[in-house]
Amino acid sequence: MKKSLTATLLALALASAATAETITLLNVSYDPTRELYADFNPAFARYWKAKTGDDVVVKQSHGGSGAQARSVIDGLQADVVTLALAADIDALHKKAGLLPADWQKRLPERSTPYTSTIVLLVRKGNPKGIKDWDDVINPGVSIVVANPKTSGGARWAYLAAWGYAERKYGSKEKAREFITALYKHVPVLDSGARGATTTFVQRGIGDVLLAWENEAFLALKEFGADKFEIVVPSSSILAEPPVAWVDKVVARKGTEAVAKAYLEYLYSDEGQEIAGRNFYRPRNPAVAAKFADVFPKIELFTIDDVFGGWTKAQHAHFADGGVFDQIYQK
Amino acid sequence: MATARTRRSALPGFGITLGFTLAYLGLIVLIPLSATFIRAAGMDWGSFWAAVTSPRVLAAYRLSFGASLAAGAVNMVFGLIVAWVLTRYPFPGRRVVDALVDLPFALPTAVAGIALTSIYAPNGWIGRWLAPLGFPVAFTRLGVFVALTFIGLPFVVRTLQPVIQELQPEMEESAASLGATRWQTFRRVLLPELVPPLLTGFALAFARALGEYGSVVFISGNMPMRTEIVPLLIITKLEQYDYSGATAIAVVMLVSSFLLLLLINLLQKWSRRFQAV
Repeated sequence: MKKSLTATLLALALASAATAETITLLNVSYDPTRELYADFNPAFARYWKAKTGDDVVVKQSHGGSGAQARSVIDGLQADVVTLALAADIDALHKKAGLLPADWQKRLPERSTPYTSTIVLLVRKGNPKGIKDWDDVINPGVSIVVANPKTSGGARWAYLAAWGYAERKYGSKEKAREFITALYKHVPVLDSGARGATTTFVQRGIGDVLLAWENEAFLALKEFGADKFEIVVPSSSILAEPPVAWVDKVVARKGTEAVAKAYLEYLYSDEGQEIAGRNFYRPRNPAVAAKFADVFPKIELFTIDDVFGGWTKAQHAHFADGGVFDQIYQK
Repeated sequence: MATARTRRSALPGFGITLGFTLAYLGLIVLIPLSATFIRAAGMDWGSFWAAVTSPRVLAAYRLSFGASLAAGAVNMVFGLIVAWVLTRYPFPGRRVVDALVDLPFALPTAVAGIALTSIYAPNGWIGRWLAPLGFPVAFTRLGVFVALTFIGLPFVVRTLQPVIQELQPEMEESAASLGATRWQTFRRVLLPELVPPLLTGFALAFARALGEYGSVVFISGNMPMRTEIVPLLIITKLEQYDYSGATAIAVVMLVSSFLLLLLINLLQKWSRRFQAV
């Protein structure tokens, strides 16, 4: 009796192994992509099932971009990382050699399948009359934004404000004055973008939230367009949240092909549609055209244009003793 | 020698329990802590000193130690009153109130932080009345103090209760019959008994407050130089991949907390000299 039970179990195990595999991927991502990947993962699973017959289960992990990168460096077994900024994926290379230095060249569009930007979210009726970046430092306006040292979104917000000021007033000194004035208006620095949104939306703190565009749309969707409105500034930054597979992990788990296909599928028509539906700007022009009425036209400058790339921006502004620290040490 | 010692002790099993104690403390406390020191030992003095004395870090130390001491002190006074009322006077609903004291123990600290923040925020139940009076609580140092007071209360109350239970009312009655005023009875008869547990409770509440992270980060606002506590600064450093900077701050925190707790223990020993025999 006992013997036959063992034999049956063994046979079952063998049979299931022979027919279809269930592959598990871990996608370590930043804060505001919860809804995007909740939508995208089942779509990819259907696509992969149809193509290969294997089942894929993608698990998600979300948090502040820097914190997530640190978990991966410390040994979290992420097959793919989809983080808020290239600097955090660079850290995976520099601190732990988990992927090659030229990871950003492996996928199209510098490994960013979707983009976003920073907009201003204000309370309904715009009581403080905020129309552009200049208005956020008017007397009596209080600004909510996360700490750029820990939050990817907050770093983009900082760079968006700086880039606007430098381009408008024509010098780094003026930009620095503007950014110093801006952070004087900030009463709370949350550690992540989602935390800042909660502070603004649920605690009722502040007159304007410097938010990811997708996060601002989501706030409207979740809490009602009768409570908040989006103010589109005259110019902002092109935020490029990149994606990469983690070579060391996929090599050990044998998931390289599926991890790569997962990220490549983000560039497919369906992947781009899902991104657009979740308020990320699609890269594919044809798909982007479908969402033209959703995303307002903003003049977007890139981090390379104004700051000469992430490494330089990081060093000058956010490293210990950089411009951001100096703002608070006066 | 060994036989002499075993003969002297009436209780058996000293050797094995001491061995177990040391092994257990080593495994649970000393090994993880020494890892911190080893990490920090990789730094040279110059960078260690620079990491722990930058203005932002000093401001955080001031806030963490200041707010923890203040919260511990306030809990010492009000915790004594709460413990006294709960042990000395029978009243309806006493058990319920008694159980309420434990809530800050049981509540996940993040829940406590979010609850306190929504109450004390400028649009919250209490915050909306305090803010116009010029006492904004949430996102100020006062908020940090409020959170630390909240989590520290049970430590003082629970340390005092058994001692108050043991105090015999006859002592106070005889003091009164010998002509002592109420103040004298409190000052000369009760207080000497209560000072050692008060100090213990204070030390526990203080130590807990120093390490508290979850509840404070929600209510403090986390502004550099103003409302950043030391544990937050450590996390922030880690998220910027500055492992050695984070451990340097942690080492200073560990050493100074250890010295402070040692001081409190010595103070407590000294205070026993005044206890009535």
